[in-house]
Amino acid sequence: MMCTTCGCGEGEVAIDGHGHHHHHAHHLLDYGKGPAGGQVPGLSQTRMVRIERNILAKNDGYASANRQFLARMRIAALNLVSSPGSGKTTLLTRTLSDLKGEMPMAVIEGDQQTSVDAERIRGTGAHAVQINTGKGCHLDAHMVGHALDRLGPEAGSLLFIENVGNLVCPAAFDLGEVCKVAILSVTEGEDKPLKYPDMFAAAGLLLLNKIDLLPHLAFDVERCIGHARRVNPQIRVLQVSATTGAGMEAWYGWLRELRGAALAGLSEPVAA
Amino acid sequence: MHEISLCESVVQLIEEQARSQGFRKVRLVRLEIGRLAGVEIEAMRFGFDAVAKGSIVDGAGLDIVEVPGTAWCPRCQRRVGVQLRFEACPDCGHLPLELTAGDEMRILELEVE
Repeated sequence: MMCTTCGCGEGEVAIDGHGHHHHHAHHLLDYGKGPAGGQVPGLSQTRMVRIERNILAKNDGYASANRQFLARMRIAALNLVSSPGSGKTTLLTRTLSDLKGEMPMAVIEGDQQTSVDAERIRGTGAHAVQINTGKGCHLDAHMVGHALDRLGPEAGSLLFIENVGNLVCPAAFDLGEVCKVAILSVTEGEDKPLKYPDMFAAAGLLLLNKIDLLPHLAFDVERCIGHARRVNPQIRVLQVSATTGAGMEAWYGWLRELRGAALAGLSEPVAA
Repeated sequence: MHEISLCESVVQLIEEQARSQGFRKVRLVRLEIGRLAGVEIEAMRFGFDAVAKGSIVDGAGLDIVEVPGTAWCPRCQRRVGVQLRFEACPDCGHLPLELTAGDEMRILELEVE
């Protein structure tokens, strides 16, 4: 089956999901295979062709289509990025449980392999689809477009896109989100914003997670925030513990504000 | 290793161009990559050969033009060279600087037949 929006072969895509707009059995999409080549008839003389196009132009085109769809549906979409082990999925499951009943929420879960995380998410009752990127180290806007088709998120909902745990590659790939949220746990180095500046520069919000562990660590919170502000003077910072619930109310307040803006049709992408 | 994805994007963009501009073989691909774009040039070369196999770009040469980082310092009121994305002004220490070059990731031109 050919995809109607982008013409890609359905076989390249493997999304395991429990969306409600689909009629076929779904398997995990494996993004290991590249596109097939095509031979086009044309001239046979050697010549130079000026192109001058951004290499990410294709991704940016898909991202823009996703963004238009989300805006039309009044959906606020967040792209959650972090290193592996930052507590991203725990933070997400707690958020989904705590805000359940208050607003419709859905999740697109990205990992290289397994659907363990999507199953954890579905345990909260939220709709979730899992994208397995195979060898890929990040989600791209094309994958997310397909996941949106499968997910069929409700109008006015809050959509969390949990990116592959990686602080490098996802920074370059716009998915169509309104804001990137970087999650950094205090068990990681406080220099991470300087070591991986692109990600912190692209994020609109930094969630400093696992703050309940601070008494046991030599982590300097102010120093870490200073590093984040050095690469991104506008970044907002919230300190939370998804385990104890500390600071989570401020995060929920931020989410309500973002969703309110999306409902009013006022969503503007935050940061770069 | 997002260089593989970048290479896939390059091949896809070229295949689109092949349809619109009517060429069937690519001999040379010239890219412009900034030194602050977070792209490993060697990984890009390796990925390009792998991704090009079986496509219209198969066997094409890859020429990468590297662009050094430069930024505008609002305090010195001049352009300065930078080695890192979020570096302070090497002359006066001011931060942040406004990046003016070095984050490019573009296909410049192709030699086709």
